[in-house]
Amino acid sequence: MRDKKIIKFTVNGNSEEREAVVGETLLKFIRDELNLTGTKSGCEIGECGACTVLLDGKPVNSCLVLAVELDGKDLLTIEGLSKNGELDRLQQAFIDHAAFQCGYCTPGMIMAARSLLERNANPNDDEINEALSGNLCRCGAYQEIRDAVKDSAKK
Amino acid sequence: MSDLKIVGTSVPRKDAMEKVTGAAEFIEDRYMGPMLYAKMKKSTVVHGRILSIKTEKAEKHPGVKAILTGKDYPNMIGLYLIDRTFLAVDKVRFWGEPVAVVAATSEKAAAEAVDLIEVEYEELPGVFDPREGIKPDAPVIHENLGNYEIVPIFYPTPGTNIANHFKIRKGDIEKGFDQADHVLEKEYYVPQMQHVPIETHKAAVQWSPDGKLTVWSTAQSPNVVRQLLAKSLDLPMHKIRVISSYIGGGFGCKAGASIEGLLVPIAQKYPGHIIRIVFDREEDMQGTFTRQALFSKLRTGYTKDGRITALQYEMIWDGGAYTEYGVNIVRAAGYSSTGAYDIPNVKTDSYCVYTNNSIGGPVRGFGMCEMQWGIERQIEEIAKQLEMDPLEVRLKNGMKRGSTTASGQVVQDVDYEKCLKVVADKIGWGKKESGKDGKLRGKGIAGLVKCPAQPSNAASSAIIRINEDGTAHVMVGATEMGQGMLTVISQIASEALHIPVDKIDIKVPDTDFTPYEWQSVGSRITYTCGTSVKRAAEDALGQIYRIAADLLEVPQEDLSYDGKKVYSTRDPDIKATIREIADSCKKCTGEGIAGPIIGRGSFVPTNMTNLDPETGQGNPGLFYCFGATGVEVEVDPETGVIEVIQLASSIDAGKAINPQLAKVQLHGGTIMGLSTALYEEVRFDKGIMLNRNFTDYKIATFDNVPHMDSFIVETPETKGPYGARGIGEQPMIGVAPAVANAVSDALGVEFNSFPLTPEKVWRALKDKK
Repeated sequence: MRDKKIIKFTVNGNSEEREAVVGETLLKFIRDELNLTGTKSGCEIGECGACTVLLDGKPVNSCLVLAVELDGKDLLTIEGLSKNGELDRLQQAFIDHAAFQCGYCTPGMIMAARSLLERNANPNDDEINEALSGNLCRCGAYQEIRDAVKDSAKK
Repeated sequence: MSDLKIVGTSVPRKDAMEKVTGAAEFIEDRYMGPMLYAKMKKSTVVHGRILSIKTEKAEKHPGVKAILTGKDYPNMIGLYLIDRTFLAVDKVRFWGEPVAVVAATSEKAAAEAVDLIEVEYEELPGVFDPREGIKPDAPVIHENLGNYEIVPIFYPTPGTNIANHFKIRKGDIEKGFDQADHVLEKEYYVPQMQHVPIETHKAAVQWSPDGKLTVWSTAQSPNVVRQLLAKSLDLPMHKIRVISSYIGGGFGCKAGASIEGLLVPIAQKYPGHIIRIVFDREEDMQGTFTRQALFSKLRTGYTKDGRITALQYEMIWDGGAYTEYGVNIVRAAGYSSTGAYDIPNVKTDSYCVYTNNSIGGPVRGFGMCEMQWGIERQIEEIAKQLEMDPLEVRLKNGMKRGSTTASGQVVQDVDYEKCLKVVADKIGWGKKESGKDGKLRGKGIAGLVKCPAQPSNAASSAIIRINEDGTAHVMVGATEMGQGMLTVISQIASEALHIPVDKIDIKVPDTDFTPYEWQSVGSRITYTCGTSVKRAAEDALGQIYRIAADLLEVPQEDLSYDGKKVYSTRDPDIKATIREIADSCKKCTGEGIAGPIIGRGSFVPTNMTNLDPETGQGNPGLFYCFGATGVEVEVDPETGVIEVIQLASSIDAGKAINPQLAKVQLHGGTIMGLSTALYEEVRFDKGIMLNRNFTDYKIATFDNVPHMDSFIVETPETKGPYGARGIGEQPMIGVAPAVANAVSDALGVEFNSFPLTPEKVWRALKDKK
């Protein structure tokens, strides 16, 4: 049997205590153990950004982090952004600007953008480009995403 | 059509809330039931005979439930040329071809077991270049080509690697060259590319004890999956159910049928279990369709005032190891081989050639990016030779209302001139800018055209159910892969039915419940599915009027409907609400009038024909969509690095059902085009794909994408729903030639292939000096 470890953490504001398989990725843990399937898998080697979540407020590719590293930390996933059915303003800005097509990269994109806005309340195009360049969108909604991030920053 | 209320407005996407909250369900997000997980054993040689497959060790590995090889499961599958089995039988034809599949209780166990399978091959000489593969003495990759089942619009040459030879003979090519003052001949090359949707290919299957197969798939076209599986497995269609989820990007790679049938025998062994396969990124790049590489030779005859009189086009396509779908790309490129130009005399030979490279297949553009690269580059050269403005040469030869295509089809609803002029104006055509710090500026323009490549009878259908409260469900077989189908189709239904978009529910398809749609490919859905939905709405509307007339005892011609109620135009107080009409309507005496309202609509093209096998003449286009791209670049001659300063794109949508979504599509296609123009090329070393991840295969991201300007031109498509035509694929087509034309303008060097990497640009400059 594979080794397991008890980990304590908060996810989207709730305290949790779970068993995590040693060696399993945070991405797999989020999707299969926490059943938070909004976080997507695109490459599993840290190249596409689809699995971006915030760990203690910092954006990480959850495919490159081990589940056991979650111990003692605070995890925010896409499911934690809207409160009581009310969208976060960044989510609303993505809708207003139609800043996605297929939507598969969108959860990771929104998490990365949110982290940028927490560090920089009013980012310009270059700052957005730099912060989000690890998040690939094959549908090519880059221009709309830039507009959505700037618009959300204004509000 | 000025009184349109919903069509032409930018309502928010129907899938928006789900997609920004993480609630949107893609197939891997579904909880399905008791699962087994599958992994493939893949070929380590590019071309070879399978001598033995030893599975004993793998079978004993903990967690392994079943192992399947090609010998156990030799069923064939394909859309146009049925040349493929799910697993290699006797022979492998490309590196990474699946030779066995393992199902186990976990993905990890399946992957471990795959490593325990031993396969012995006898290597055969390979073919890696279609120009070699086409030669009579080349090693033959498909010895059985003559026995394959094939749709009789394709022309393979048994005993060779030629899977299809499509011909155009329009006008008199000799006469055309005689009329020319000049002749230009050049060779062009376009390499393979990959779609790389962020969601890879995935499928799951379940066999129920009563013999029903359920398939969950990322396929763009559930109905075609059902059709091809029914044939391959010899099952009746009502025993196959194909369920779609949201699709995380398609771009053609999820067209046709791919991995859905792979796991069926394992499912039959474990009834009730769900057997799932998820391609990893490397498998997705190497094992699914690539864009076919194209080697072409283009010879153009033109007069001294810039009129093209003759075009001779030879295209040799790298079809890869299997061309079940690719043969149709070769055909489409052939029948469109004059691009956006009206050329009276044409001779085209388009060959699909088997090689031992990855499988070729559909990619956004369906042959048009590759074929029109040559056309648009050659027009630029002609202009240069004549010292004419390249825009003028395009306008002079560009298609207009009444022009004929290479196949002789007359195009009607065209304003190519406007498409070209809007982008030219935007980038300041004719004004030469000077670059900073020794960098050089240039401007380039390119046109584009594409019609959907589909069988002449590719059909569509729709059902609209009006609920008791007057809200509605729209049921269609089109898939949602980001293109905005759910929104646009709802808007068409809303417009025709006068029911607000937010009172219309629409879902992704499930073949047990949603009606037939051929495929969500070719930018055809807005037109085909849109027409079906409009007809279904009109059918439902007819029922509403008939019921109201009976209920109110008012002749139908005296009734009007405002979306909430039907009323007499003579006395508006005589009225019935939509709820009263839709909810099992009865008279005041209690006698029933009508049950629930169900509207139905279907569509099949009536303007398409077969093409003559010798001349390729006929009508292959459901509609033709034109557009143009304009680019300004700044190039660093020291490094060869290109910076895109301006990027403008236009597309003739006929009527943009949702202008915001149309622009987003236009931007997305333009970016994909830019990405292929500058970065993308799948590299092979004797059939082995070298760049199989996002580090080695670079696609455009934020810092590579400049601000774009986009223009939706609206020349109504006479037979399209509300004048609309599809635009999804087209914006990609003109970008690579426009970029190359701009770089050429900046540096004075020519490019016959792309991507325009810094190395290629730098070398071109060095060679010039």
